[in-house]
This record gives sequence, C-alpha cells and structure tokens, in this order.
Amino acid sequence: MSDKPRVAITGIGAVTPLGLGALTLHERWAKGVSGIAEQRGQTGGYCSAFEPTDFLSSKEVRRLDRFSQFAVVGADEALSHAGWSDGLPYDSLRIGLIMATGIGGFNTVESNLDLMREKGPSRISPLGIPMYMPNAAAAAVSMRHGIQGQSFCVASACASSGHAVGLAARMIQYGDADAVVAGGTEATLSDFGFASFNVMQALSDIGVSCPFDARRDGFVMGEGSGVLVLENYDLALARGATILGEVAGFGSTSDAHHLTAPEPGGRPAARAITLALADAGLAPEQISYVNAHGTSTQLNDAAETAALKVALGDHAYRIPISSTKSATGHLLGAAGAIEAVATVQALNARLVPPTLNYEVPDPELDLDYVPNHARELVAVTDGPPAAISNSFAFGGHNVTLVIKGSG
Amino acid sequence: MSAVSKEQVQERVVEALASFGPDADQITPEATFEELDIDSLDLVELAQIIEDEYGVVLKGDDMKELKTVGDAVDLITARAA
Repeated sequence: MSDKPRVAITGIGAVTPLGLGALTLHERWAKGVSGIAEQRGQTGGYCSAFEPTDFLSSKEVRRLDRFSQFAVVGADEALSHAGWSDGLPYDSLRIGLIMATGIGGFNTVESNLDLMREKGPSRISPLGIPMYMPNAAAAAVSMRHGIQGQSFCVASACASSGHAVGLAARMIQYGDADAVVAGGTEATLSDFGFASFNVMQALSDIGVSCPFDARRDGFVMGEGSGVLVLENYDLALARGATILGEVAGFGSTSDAHHLTAPEPGGRPAARAITLALADAGLAPEQISYVNAHGTSTQLNDAAETAALKVALGDHAYRIPISSTKSATGHLLGAAGAIEAVATVQALNARLVPPTLNYEVPDPELDLDYVPNHARELVAVTDGPPAAISNSFAFGGHNVTLVIKGSG
Repeated sequence: MSAVSKEQVQERVVEALASFGPDADQITPEATFEELDIDSLDLVELAQIIEDEYGVVLKGDDMKELKTVGDAVDLITARAA
C-alpha cells in the first residue's frame, strides 16, 4: 500500500519497574536509573510503586489479576494523555483495542491451583477463568472505556505487544478503525514464574541485566504495562490532537528454527527489520536510533546484532542502539509496547537513553550500544527522526516497528 | 448440625458480600444484588462460603431466584435449620 493512511501516536502510558508513568520511564532510564531489585531472594523488575487501590475500587482489584490491573492503569494514562478523558473522540464502534500478554493471569492460576489441591475442585474461584484468561486485560480496558470496535489479545511471548502495536496500525490503515488502543501487560514475578524461567536457564544467575556485555547470562524478569493510543493521522489532526509521533512501519517474521533459541544468523529477524523499513518507505541510513530487543541473553544479543548487520549493512555501525531492558528487566509480553513508549519519547527529547551495566565488551558484538550514559539523539534526516524497535520471542516470532517522532 | 439464627446468617452474608466490593452499610436485607453490583459470579462465591460455613449447598437454580440480600439470608437460614 503506497498511499496507506498514516497512524499517529496521540497518547502513551506505562507502569514499569522505574515507576508510574510514561515520562517517568523516559526520564529515569535516561538518567541511568535501574528499576531492578531483589525481593524475597528473587531479582526482578518489580513495580514497587504500583498500589492498585490508588487507581481501582476494591471490587475492581478483586476481579482483576495483577496483569489486568497494570493494563487498566497504563491505558487510563494513555487515554488521558490523548485527551480522551472527557469521552471518546470517535464512534465507540470505530475504536479498537489490542492488549497483549505473553502469559496472562499467572497469579490467579497459581492461587486457584493451590485452592483446588487444598480444598477440592469445587472450591476454586468462579472468577478464576475471567481473571486469568489472556484476554482479561483487553476486556477490562474495553469495558472501562466503552470501546466497542474489535478488541482482543495477541500472545506471541516477548513479541506480543510489538504485534499489538503493528496490528493496531494495520487496523487503522485498512479502515477498520479510526483509533486503536494498543499495548501489552505482564505480571509473572511469582515463585512459579521465576521457577518456570529458571529451569529453562533463561534468567540471569548474576542477577544483572547487561545486554550486549560479555558477562550477559540471561534476562532479569520484570512486570508492568505499556499502552499507546493510535489514531488515523488525518482524523487526529482534524480533532486538534497533539501528535507525539507515528507508527510508520511494521514488519514481522518467524524463525521456524527452535522453540526458544533464535536463528543464530538472525536472517528471519533481519527480514522483519527490512519489511518494517520498506513499510515505512525508509532506507537504513534514514534511521536515527535502534531500540533493541537486547534481553541480556547470550543468544538473543548475538543474533540481534547479526540481524541488525544483515538488515542495515554498514549503517548498523553508525546508529546508536540501546536496550530498555537494561533498566527495567524484560517485561515479556509488555516489552514491545513499553519500548515503543520509550522510543517515541527518546525521539522527541532528542535523547538516546543508555544501555546500563555495560562494562565488558564482547568482541563479537561490535555495534554502538550507547553504554551507560545517555547521549544526544542526532536526527540523520530532516523532519521527524525515525527509529526502529525490535521484539523477538520464544517461539521464533520477530517484530520490528518503525516509529517516528513528532518533528 | 445445630440450627443457626437468622442474625448469624445475616452477619456472615453481609461480611462475605462486603468483601466483594460494596460498602457494608449498603448491604441491607432489602438491597437487591443488582443495586449492589453483585453478579452471578459473586453469588457462586457466596455459595462456596456458605457451604463451608453451614454445610448448605446452594445450586445455580437456587441462586437464580434470589433478588435481595434478605432472600439469600432466608433461604440459607431455612436450609440450615
């Protein structure tokens, strides 16, 4: 589609280990603050500042798993930021919603399994399924705001909310919706969650999220949500919305290689980047920043580096690349949306937040990972600068978004 | 099983319903579940609490007939007698 409609970003929201709010995410990450801490012997990116009763009634808290609570609070912020607080700006049937998650209501599954083993199958909660079903967060946000266009959850592990943002843009471009609320949410910091990833040897033994560093030995798991309000660009302009940026491109492929390991040469991932650039009508030399998937696992960071080189050629060496996960940990199904929220703010602030904990270079990984200190984001083009944001997942799902700033 | 008084049942039902969201002072015998925003899922949970407490089994058909808090208290008291 050469003349496809443009997709504006008009609101952003986030609940992350760095605190509440999209701006908090940007500012604290840019300052080099880490949201990673140890609680009960487990290192993670905990949303310690999040108190659900600050935002939700006791009935809502009781009926929403933590992953849905994060989604509701992130969406409230994004909709308010978009100026939707006084009512939806379009026909409610023309507004869509995609709220992704990698896992769903883990905590509710756990507590109900405990109940079943302790008291029998008739004593599990009737609220169990509606709380832990992966689409529970999408349903909660849709009901809260009266959003009546198509709404659903996508689940592609750590690429889930990259898919959510990309598919939301497509819904607008195809004309199915005037606006779409898109995001991701995750809450898996439980004994079962840690144990499940630990036995895969996916989590860091040293307890440090140090993407692209030679010491990297696994990711640090985090929790939270990221949400964006996307609108048909012309309609957003017509209603006088403040336009923060654009979702300019979306590309997605699959490795078809291994259940958890990335294809080592990074070719399918590179193809996702190439497709996203083509979708945006941009060449590699027009990209000013890369928000990497950068998980701090041996395999991802090597394969992602390879993919960037394949897709961007020599220009890969000239683009600043940083990983949000170095500050927040890996928020799984929420990661792509949080990173889109971080990316549009980096573009507009003209500030590249750093890859934290980068101390020991890996000779094989020789791109510019913006170690430890934020740096001015130099726009390599006239007009709004553009960035790419990668999300790669267990299952081999690859997503790249091209995001433009506001000017 | 010893008989339980209506007051005891009333107290337990109010406590259970209050834990579902509504303010305890709204939960009068005349209050309808609709007014209290108590839905069918909440009522299943109430039935679980009541069975644990009084050994009274409330099935879906029993619950469908209940409109007010008083209806529930009366039914439970009668069954527990």
